Order: sequence, then C-alpha cells, then structure tokens
Amino acid sequence: MTTQTLQSQQEAAIEEILEAYPEKAKKSRAKHLGVDAPEGVKGACDATKSNKQTVPGVMSQRGCAYAGSKGVVWGPVKDMIHISHGPIGCGQYSRAGRRNYYIGTTGIDTYVTMNFSTDYNEKDIVFGGDKKLKAALSEIDGLFPLNNGISIQSECPIGLIGDDIQAVAKAYKKDSGKPTVAVSCEGFRGVSQSLGHHIANDMIRDEVLPDNSYKKDFESTPYDVAIIGDYNIGGDAWSSRILLEEMGLRVIAQWSGDTTYKELTMAPKAKLNLLHCYRSMNYVVRHMEQEFGVPWIEYNFFGPTKTTESLRKIAACFDESVQAKTEAVIAKYTAMTDKVIAKYRPKLEGKTVMLYVGGLRPRHVIGAYEDLGMVIIGTGYEFGHGDDYKRTKDELVGTTLIYDDVNEYELEKFVQKLKPDLVASGVKEKYVFQKMGLPFRQMHSWDYSGPYHGYDAFAIFAKDMDLAMNSPVWAHTKAPWESN
Amino acid sequence: MAELRQIAFYGKGGIGKSTTSQNTLAAMAHYFGKKILIVGCDPKADSTRLILHEKAQCTIMQLASEAGTVEDLELDDVCKPGAAEFDPANTDITDGFIMCAESGGPEPGVGCAGRGVITAINFLEEEGAYDQDLDFVSYDVLGDVVCGGFAMPIREGKAQEIYIVMSGEMMAMYAANNISKGILKYANTGGVRLAGLICNARMTDREYDLAKHLAEQIGTQLIHFVPRSNHVQRAELRRMTVVEFADKTDQAFEYKELARKIIANDLKVIPKPLEMDDLEALLMEYGLEEEVEADAIGKKATA
Repeated sequence: MTTQTLQSQQEAAIEEILEAYPEKAKKSRAKHLGVDAPEGVKGACDATKSNKQTVPGVMSQRGCAYAGSKGVVWGPVKDMIHISHGPIGCGQYSRAGRRNYYIGTTGIDTYVTMNFSTDYNEKDIVFGGDKKLKAALSEIDGLFPLNNGISIQSECPIGLIGDDIQAVAKAYKKDSGKPTVAVSCEGFRGVSQSLGHHIANDMIRDEVLPDNSYKKDFESTPYDVAIIGDYNIGGDAWSSRILLEEMGLRVIAQWSGDTTYKELTMAPKAKLNLLHCYRSMNYVVRHMEQEFGVPWIEYNFFGPTKTTESLRKIAACFDESVQAKTEAVIAKYTAMTDKVIAKYRPKLEGKTVMLYVGGLRPRHVIGAYEDLGMVIIGTGYEFGHGDDYKRTKDELVGTTLIYDDVNEYELEKFVQKLKPDLVASGVKEKYVFQKMGLPFRQMHSWDYSGPYHGYDAFAIFAKDMDLAMNSPVWAHTKAPWESN
Repeated sequence: MAELRQIAFYGKGGIGKSTTSQNTLAAMAHYFGKKILIVGCDPKADSTRLILHEKAQCTIMQLASEAGTVEDLELDDVCKPGAAEFDPANTDITDGFIMCAESGGPEPGVGCAGRGVITAINFLEEEGAYDQDLDFVSYDVLGDVVCGGFAMPIREGKAQEIYIVMSGEMMAMYAANNISKGILKYANTGGVRLAGLICNARMTDREYDLAKHLAEQIGTQLIHFVPRSNHVQRAELRRMTVVEFADKTDQAFEYKELARKIIANDLKVIPKPLEMDDLEALLMEYGLEEEVEADAIGKKATA
C-alpha cells in the first residue's frame, strides 16, 4: 500500500465515521480525529483537541480521578495502606490494582493487592463519615502495625457531602505520628483519570516531599538517579533498573512501582530524575526541579532502538566512566536483541498495528514495533493532553491516524476500514476485536505477560507479538460454510 | 374517606414555620376532626414537639443509625401518636388525630441533610405510613429548596399543595420567591402547586399590604394573615399549641380560621416567580428598601 493511498484511506475513514453523528457531536468529535505523518509541519499531532469531556452517549475507555490517584499513582506504594473512602464498589472493583509487581509479604509489610474501604452506607452519607474514617485509620494501625503510612482516596460522595478528610488526616497524623495523606480525588472531578494523577502528584508534593526524616542519614553519590513514572507492570521497573545499575548509576527511588514511602521522600536527593510516564508524573518532577533543583529527562525503554537512544541520553548527563560503561551495556545487550530481531522480524515484517492506550504508550511503544518491522497506522490516547500529542509527532514512522478519546464505535469502524494485522489496546477492547478474528494484545497489563521495559523485556515483547499474530488458531477461525 | 391530601410548609429559616404549621394542623384536628400525619423534614427535628409535648422526637435517621440501616426499622419505631387529644385512641375532644415522624439528619456542618430527608420519606412510603386512615400528610421543610433533598416533598407523588410561611421582611420575601421557583421547576413534571402564602406577622409597616401584593404578583393568594400574640409563646414554653393550651382565645381562632381555609382551599396554581428587579421594585414601593441611584451601588456610606 503506498503512503498516498493509506493517507486517503485514513481520511476517508474519518469522514465516514463522522457522518453517523448528529451535528453537534460531529463537530466536537471532528476536532479529536486526524491524520499525521513524520514529515510536514502541522498535522493532527498539533491540531488534535484533547483532555476534553467525553461525548455523552458513547462508550468511553476512560477512567476517573479516583482511578488516576488510587489506581495509578498511589496504589503501587507498597508499604502504605491506601483506603478507599466511600461506598464499597470503587474499592472492590479496583481491588489488587494493576499488575504492579512488588517484593514483600502481603498483609505483613506490604499491602498493594489488598482492599481497604470505609464501606460507606446511607447513614454515613446523611451523618457524614469523618468518625468512621477516623475509626478505620485506628483499625488499620491495630491490624497492620508495620505499615509506614496511610493514604485516604476519596470517592465521589465525599466531595458531595463535604466530609473534611483533610482535617481527619491531619489530626490522625498528629496522634499516630505516621504519614497520613488525604487525597481529594473524587471521581467526578475533571474529564478523565488524568486529573487524578495531577491531584495525587500534588499531595505527594505537599505531604510527602517535605518529610525530611530520612534525608539526614542519606549519603549521596554523584550517580544517584530516581525512576519516575514506572509502575512496575509485570516487573517493568526491575528490568529497567538493572540497566541503569550496570551503567554505574544508583537508583535511589522508583516511583511508584514496588516503591516505599521512604523512597518517595528520597527522590529529591537524586542528581537526575528519569521520567518514563510523562503524563502521570510530569507535575511532580517539575516541582522537584523548581524546589530542589533536580533536573529531569524523559526516556523510553520500549524496544532496543529507543532503549539504546535513551541510555546514551541519560549517560550524557554523567561523566565518562558512566558513558563508557553504557557503551559496554549497549554492546552486550544488542548482541542479544539482534538475535531476537533475527528470529521474529521475518515473521512480523510489514504487519500493521493500531494502538489505543493511555499514559505514554501511544507514542512510546511505536519504536518497539518498528524494531520488529511492524508499522503503526493508528494511535491515540485515552486521556492525553496537547503536550502528549506534540511529543507523538517525533515518534511517527509513516502516515498515522490520530484519535483522541476514541470511543468503541469509532475504534471498531477504524479497524474495519483500515484492517490492521494487530490491535493493541485494553481489556475492554480485547474480546470485541478477537471476536472479529483479529489478533489482539492488551497493552495496559501486557496481557498477563511482561515486563516490556528494557532489553531483556524486548525478547518477551517480541515473543508475545509473534504468539498473538502467528498462532495456528487463526487458521481455524473461518466457518466451514464461509467461502473465501 | 376523602382522598388523602399531601401538603407542605416551606419558608425562610426562623420565620415560625414549625410553630405555624403545628398550630394550624392542631386546629385542623381539634376543630374539624381531621386525621393527619406530620413528616418533619428538618435536621433540628422540631416539627412535632408541640404535638408530642416532647423536647424533640427520636428521628428516623437517628434510629436508623443506631439500628444499622433504615431497613432495620419498623414503622411503629418512628411514627408516634400525638399527645393527649391528638392521640388516635383519645376521642374525648375530637375524632381527629395527629401522627408524628421526623426525618432527622446530621449535626450542622457534616454529612448530607438532604439525603436524610429522601431516605426518611422513602422509608415512610415503603412502610405504608400513608396508607393509614388519613386526611392529610403534612411536610414541614427546613428553609429554602436548597438542594434535591429538600425538594423531595414537592416531587411527583408527594405534596401537591405548598404553603409558604413568610412575613413582611425583605429576606422572607426573597425566600418565598425562591421557593416559588422550586415549585415551578417541579410543577410541570409532577402535580405540585402553590396553594397560598401564610403571613406570620412581625407587625412591620404595611405588612399586610405587602404580603397581599406579593401573593398576587406570584399568582397566588394570601391565605391568612396571622397576627402576633404572646399566647403562642406561652403555649410553646409548655410544649403545646395555642389550640390545645387555650382553645377559646383569639389566637386559637386565628389558627382555626386558617385551618378552615386550608381545608376548603381550591386555589392551587403554578406560581409565577418574580425576577429579581421586580422583587426589589416591589420592596422599594413598600418602603422596605430605600430607592438607590445606580451610581450609588457599591459605594460606602459617607461619614
């Protein structure tokens, strides 16, 4: 397929999809859809509207502010207990969080996969839940004495009835002497989980970073770095930090996959903050730069090409010894990844992919697919902002369909029109496309696989994509009565 | 048995709603033999104290909170017969009676009082409190229609007749107008209508004229002008209505007259609330507000 025909096909698909809408929805959705290419000046990556309210009446894949705070930013902090304050549903349905791997004995000194809730009832709505919350905090400390702090994650009703959780947290912190952080991340705030990330970042800024109790005994080295915005899905942060350590750097904190309260407080001691998920944690690295003078850079550990680029970019911030070790690391792993590419690329070359995910992945994983010879023909963010789309432009390989907050109708249509060989998105999309007979990979949870960050992980990524695409099962999906 | 009529008393806080409503309802039972259920919709729970001779009734939400959930309650726990002549079992003076329920709610500054009202009214309906042999259900509602919870009594299938208690003061008039807006909102979907203003007199200048004029402007009637009387206060100190305390006094007869008018009332309208400018003009006309030139707005007083 030539570039010209792909582009006209993509533009025609947008036209056709918009036709189904009533006038007002059509006008609004038109601003969220477009086509862009690596060359050329102003494309969809510049023009796409984002971080706007979802059109009512369509099925959105977005989450809420509570999901952004509890599910993404705070939830993985393993030695703190995160209590969902409100009716039981939000806590129960977000139980166990994402696949944030961690080391520790669950229920003794780590708690990530456990569910804590104040289990709000009607009488708590009417009379207020402050007392119940206070009792729950004491109960937590009685049952789990080794916890290193509590965060209170507000559900919607808390904001509606005006429970003063900040006052409860403040009083409890004074009494218990333990970190107690109240996060007002009520689900109705904002247009997606994105505001929840921001609110969660702000609470780390206000309640965690000023805690100097661990900093005084800290012995700095010139090579201290912090990983920010890696949630250790399937072990991503682990497969990242081994590379940094082999380069001669010391990772003093991981935010927030497999992290502790202490690590959160130590990040300002880093010489450099390494930001992976820009969307969910750019706020707090900017703060650390202003307040503590810690510079930050973004990096991308998906696929060997981007990993190598990123390692060199990080090494350039340090001395020659680090740079020399980095080249050794690159040489060592490239030998391995070259073998992976040699094995899988012939089976995947030229296959087309459509992505629809959140956070950093709509742009960051493009390079990993490219390393396997696969082509991204469409990508979009669930809850990205303008700066995400601008950053996407640099990652594009060919002419690419850009869709912001794409809904289930649009995504299904786009896939039908553009016929990609693989759809990579979330669990809500998975079965829709598999039932259409299309290979699918979940790119939120790595489909119970992973890690996908770093060199070692690339072998897993490549194998997973091959499994999805080249499974013998696809030869059996055609019904006997269907002709070709 | 005549069809059950559901009425509600609204009005600005502190206007004397609970006193007026209890005296009026007492008169309906005492003089006219009406059978009534009072549903207090105010966290203060003072809508039934004069009927029960109690300080404050145990509320539905308070009992629900102690029992665990509202589903754990029985109707008898929350619905109390009035004291003395208002008890259904006592027919010495009248066959009429008054049953009392209070929704209750949180202490000031916490929780959601509106949700308490919704929960309590739903409970009463589900438990069949309205199925008894009743002529009237009367809701006594806190202040303004501030949120969905306090609009509960005027939603579809609840109170059809709203009486607004007011006086000749500026804020009471504003509140009356605002409540009319609340009624207007629900009037087209449900059957709620404004049935009249009750002026609980403060004895300010030209109060009667002003109240009557406001009523006409909104499209309703001034159903009664209740004069001020010390008998009301003397009765209240004894936790009684004037009607029960001294049923031959002029003040008791005022409530009797109001009761008669409500029973006979067939003027139920969709209100036409005034725009802010019109309301201010009305207040100026009656001297409640000084005429102020446009260029004087926002200026401090000169010494």
